[in-house]
Amino acid sequence: MYKILEKKVLAPAMKLMRIHAPLVARKAMPGQFIILRVMEGGERIPLTIADYNPSEGWVTIIFQEVGETTRDLGRLEEGDYIKDFVGPLGRASELDGFDSVLCIGGGVGTAPLYPQIKYMHEKGTKVDVIIGARSKDYVILEEPIRSNCSNLYIATDDGSYGQKGFVTDLLKQLIESGKKYDHIIAIGPMIMMKMVCKLTKEYGIPTTVSMNPIMVDGTGMCGGCRVSVDGKIKYACVDGPDFDGHLVDFDEAMRRSQMYKQEEQQKHDCNLLRMGGEL
Amino acid sequence: MPMIMTKTPVREQDPQVRRYNFDEVCLGYNMEEAIQEANRCLQCKKPMCVTGCPVNVQIPQFIAALSEGRVRDALQIIKETNNLPAVCGRVCPQEEQCEKQCILAKKGESVAIGRLERFAADYFLDEEEPVDNLPQPNGKKVAVVGGGPAGLTAAADLAKLGYEVTIFEAFHELGGVLIYGIPEFRLPKALVKKEIEKLKNLGVKFQTNVIIGKTITVDELLGEEGFDAVFIGSGAGLPKFMNIPGENLNGVYSANEYLTRINLMKAYDFPHSHTPVKRGKKVCVVGGGNVAMDAARSALRLGADEVHIVYRRSIEEMPARQEEVHHAVEEGIIFDMLTNPVEIIGEDGWVKGLKCIRMELGEPDESGRRRPIPVPGSEFTIEADIVIMAIGTSPNPLIKATTPGLETHKWGGIIVDEETGATSKEGVYAGGDAVTGAATVILAMGAGKKAAKAIHEKLSHQ
Repeated sequence: MYKILEKKVLAPAMKLMRIHAPLVARKAMPGQFIILRVMEGGERIPLTIADYNPSEGWVTIIFQEVGETTRDLGRLEEGDYIKDFVGPLGRASELDGFDSVLCIGGGVGTAPLYPQIKYMHEKGTKVDVIIGARSKDYVILEEPIRSNCSNLYIATDDGSYGQKGFVTDLLKQLIESGKKYDHIIAIGPMIMMKMVCKLTKEYGIPTTVSMNPIMVDGTGMCGGCRVSVDGKIKYACVDGPDFDGHLVDFDEAMRRSQMYKQEEQQKHDCNLLRMGGEL
Repeated sequence: MPMIMTKTPVREQDPQVRRYNFDEVCLGYNMEEAIQEANRCLQCKKPMCVTGCPVNVQIPQFIAALSEGRVRDALQIIKETNNLPAVCGRVCPQEEQCEKQCILAKKGESVAIGRLERFAADYFLDEEEPVDNLPQPNGKKVAVVGGGPAGLTAAADLAKLGYEVTIFEAFHELGGVLIYGIPEFRLPKALVKKEIEKLKNLGVKFQTNVIIGKTITVDELLGEEGFDAVFIGSGAGLPKFMNIPGENLNGVYSANEYLTRINLMKAYDFPHSHTPVKRGKKVCVVGGGNVAMDAARSALRLGADEVHIVYRRSIEEMPARQEEVHHAVEEGIIFDMLTNPVEIIGEDGWVKGLKCIRMELGEPDESGRRRPIPVPGSEFTIEADIVIMAIGTSPNPLIKATTPGLETHKWGGIIVDEETGATSKEGVYAGGDAVTGAATVILAMGAGKKAAKAIHEKLSHQ
C-alpha cells in the first residue's frame, strides 16, 4: 500500500498527488513513468512521473480525470492509500549534450516535462518552455517551471491567459523570430505532438515526444503499447516512452488509443445505472 | 481381478455448457474413483514413472497410500518434492512425462497419475498448513526474482532448509504464468492462490510491485540488500509477432496481453471488473501451442461465434497437449491447419480479416518436424474482428541489461549450468523460461528445485 502524502487540485479535473514510494523515488529519472492500481480489482494504468525526491522517498503524479480509474484515484484524499504503485518504468529521457532546448507541454503533458526542464536547467542547459492549455484554469506548474527555465511562453485556446492560440503558433513565432534550438521536447495530447513534429520537421530541429499508450504490465510483456517508429514496432514501455517524433506514426497511435472507447462507454453507462439503482 | 486397461474416466463439464463459462472443465475424481484408479497401479519395483517426473515425485508410494484411502499420507509424499501439487495435477503434460513411462501404457492406458495427484492435493486444499515444524533459520538470505513456478519452487525448497527467502514479483500478484497466463477454466485462480498462501506459512516473504532490473538491480540485491544468493525465475516475457502487415491494427493482440487481461485482470467479468478486453465475433488465433488453445477457448467463452486456430503445420506437429486440443475440438474451435497468415486486413483501422496462404509439408527441418512450405497462389482470407498472436515469447531483457557479468544466449535466454542453474555471475542462479524460453510449468519447477539444491550446497559450505 502506498500512502498519499499530499493532494492538490491543479485545475478542473486535474490533480496532483505526492505518493510515498521510496523504492520508486530512489531510482526515478526524468521521463520515466509508474503503473498504479487504485484498489483491489482495479485497472493498471500508466502515469508519468511529475517529480520525485529520493531522500524523502516520494514520487509525484499529476493526472487528468478522463476515465473510471483516474476518477477513482481522484476521489482518494491525503492519508489514503493506493493499492499498487510500481516503477520506475521506461527509459529515462536523454537530456545531456544540448545547448539550447525548447520544451513544449500541452495540458497534463506539462507535468512529465517538469522534471526534464529542472534536470536540464540544473545542468546549465538553456531551456525555453511553451505551456499550452485550454484556458487559464488549465495552465499547470507555471511557477516551478518559470523558476527553472530561461523564458516561459504560454498559449491558451481561448486567449484567457498568455497568447490566444496553439503551442504551434508560439513555436512558429519563436523560430521565425530567430531563436535557435538544437532540440525540442514535446509532451501533450497526441494531436499536439503530431502538429509540433510536422512543424519541427520542416525546420529540421530534432524533436523528442513521449508516448503514453494503453498498457498492462509496463515491462514489455503484453505488447499492447506498441508504437510504429520508422515503420518498426517499438514497445513504449521498454523502448520508450520517448521516441524521435519525426519517425512516430501518430495517426496509428491515436487510433490505438481509441481501442476501448466503446468499452469505456459501456462501463460508464453501467456505473450510471448502478448509481441510479441506489438512488 | 482382471486388469482394467483404460483410465477411470474423469467427469468433465459438458462441452456445450462449458464453452459459455469460465468454470473448470475437468471436475476431478471423487474418493471412490481415485481409489479405483490407484488400484490400477502395478507398484513396479523399478518405477519408470518417477524417472519421467522433473521433480521426482515418489509416484508409486503416493498411489499406494491413495489405494488404501490414506489421502493425507499420499499428499505428504507428493509434497516432499512438489510444493504445487494442485497446479501440477492439472497443467503438467503427464502424457509426456510420468504417464508416458508407465508400464501400463505399453498395453493400454497408463495410470492417471495427474488426476490422482490433483485428487490428493484438492482434498486438503482448504486446510491450513501446520507451521510448527519450521526449520531453524540458518541466518542466510536468498532473493528470488519472479513469483512464477520456478521462483515459487526454489523459494519453498530454500525456506524448508532454513533460508530467509524473499520473492520479488513485478506484478501486483504472485503466481506468474499460473495467474496471468493459464485460464481459470484450466487452473482456477482461487486454487493457485491457496497453494501460494501455503508458502507464506513456510516463512517465505513476498514483495510485489518490484521489478528487478528497474526498481532494484541484481547487484543491489547481492550488495546493499544483503542477499547471499539470487535466483532468477523471471519467465519468458516478450511476445513475438510475425512482422506481417496489419499487426498494429486495433483488434490485434499478443496472446500474453489477451490472456493477462482476461486472467490476471479479470476482463471476462467486465464491466463488473475494471479492465476491458475486446470481445470479437470472429476470432483467429495464430499458433499451435497450449497458449494458442487457451486464447482460442477464452475467446469462445467471451462470446465469439467462430474461433479459428491457424497453424502452419499439421495437427500432428502441434506442440499443444493432446488433451487441450481434444477439449478445444469438443468445444467447437475450428482448426485451420497447414495455413500461415501473410497479412492482417484492416478497415478504418480495425481488423477485418486474416489473409493466409496454404502450406504443405516438405522435408524435416532442424526441429525434426516436416518443414511447412507455402503453396503458391493459394491465398485466402478468413473473416475476423480479433486476431491473437500466440507464436511464442522470448526472455525479457530487463535483467540482462542491468546485470553486468550475466551472460545470455543470442536469443536472450540466460546461460546456466544445467545441473545447478548457476549463471556466469557469482551467487546468481536462474531457471525456468528465462533460461529455456517458453516451456512448461513443471520444467520450470524442476529448474527451481535444482537451483535451490545448488544454492544450499554452495551457501552451506561458506
